[in-house]
Amino acid sequence: MQDIKAKVRAYIADNFIMGGDATFADGDSFIEQHVIDSTGFLELVMFLEETFGVVVSDAEMVPENLDSLDNIDAYVRRKRAA
Amino acid sequence: MCAANVQPDRGANGRVRVSRAALDLDCAAEVERISRWLVDAVARQLHRRGAIIALSGGIDSSVCGALAVRAFGADKVFGLLLPERDSSPTSSDRGLQVAKQLGIRYELEHIAPTLEAIGCYKWRDDAIRDVFPEYGEGWKNKIVIAGGAQGGVNFFKLVVQSPSGTMFDRRLPIRQYLQIVAATNFKQRIRKTIEYFHADRLNYAVIGTPNLLEYDQGFFVKNGDGAADVKPIAHLYKTQVYALARHLGLPEDVCNASPTTDTYSMPQGQDEFYFALPYAQMDLALWGYINEVTPEDLAPVIDLTAAQVAHVYTDIASKRRAAHYLHSRPLIHERP
Repeated sequence: MQDIKAKVRAYIADNFIMGGDATFADGDSFIEQHVIDSTGFLELVMFLEETFGVVVSDAEMVPENLDSLDNIDAYVRRKRAA
Repeated sequence: MCAANVQPDRGANGRVRVSRAALDLDCAAEVERISRWLVDAVARQLHRRGAIIALSGGIDSSVCGALAVRAFGADKVFGLLLPERDSSPTSSDRGLQVAKQLGIRYELEHIAPTLEAIGCYKWRDDAIRDVFPEYGEGWKNKIVIAGGAQGGVNFFKLVVQSPSGTMFDRRLPIRQYLQIVAATNFKQRIRKTIEYFHADRLNYAVIGTPNLLEYDQGFFVKNGDGAADVKPIAHLYKTQVYALARHLGLPEDVCNASPTTDTYSMPQGQDEFYFALPYAQMDLALWGYINEVTPEDLAPVIDLTAAQVAHVYTDIASKRRAAHYLHSRPLIHERP
């Protein structure tokens, strides 16, 4: 299950940072670190749904589920377990 | 005195005092101030001989048109009425009413054939049909925003209405959302192309009509309605623009009209499409955010809870970040 963070990190590095020198820790807020903007979150949701086979409901579109690698990891694990 | 430009009143504890009076405006003085500024900007700085104003029938363009007439005289202002297939007939009528009241020269040009030729409606409808395959002739559509005002991530829903009046809505996937917005942005960009044709023809400046809420929060199309030579009300809250409209004696229908996007075929308020709150609350929320009013202090003034105000502040900050791209000029690499 470690690969959730690794896959999301690789996606963010490729899609949002594009080889730039921005770095972020697993617990860092994407918003506060200016890694992902509002449109970027919609792209990220599409990536999560396509990559991990989860369906993100409207009510789940919140920072507590999406705004760090730690939050995404916990969220995807909960969704898969449900 | 323009409230947008004064220092906020602070109490003994150093916290900013806030009330609805924060947006009060001395309209006569403000009209005088903007008029003088417009003459200086257009004549002395830009060396143009007058101004182009595209009149949508909404409050912002109507006020800008009236200010231009005050500044330059009616004979140096040229109005454009540029409706398309999804424009409300009411908006077009109001735009015409304003042009006639101001006594300016104007031209009415339907831009639907241009938009059709460039693929605006086809690109948009193709994306809509990805989400609602049954969408077709006689259906209507709009996009509504959700999430941000409740502390979530902003996302968008596509709402469609069948010819029989049945409504359906579904969250928009990112690709379809971007394509619908890109297609509808043709509308603002084609209008701006026409505005600059007439500006070049007459050696006039183009007036941009955003108010402070729109300018600050990025509610405009880059190189569309965001493009202009002067933006005379970009420092004024929407509430203040309404006050100016009444002061300037604009038609009652204009002064009482609710802000709409007039871009999608279904009726759509600006707060449905972009802003977290209706403009009267949103103005005070932005004023509070800019002047560092705590959510606890602002909440009773705009009839929300402190937690709701905190969510709105987060949304304001998020939209400001998104607006950075819209405001950016082309970035130039520094010289070696």
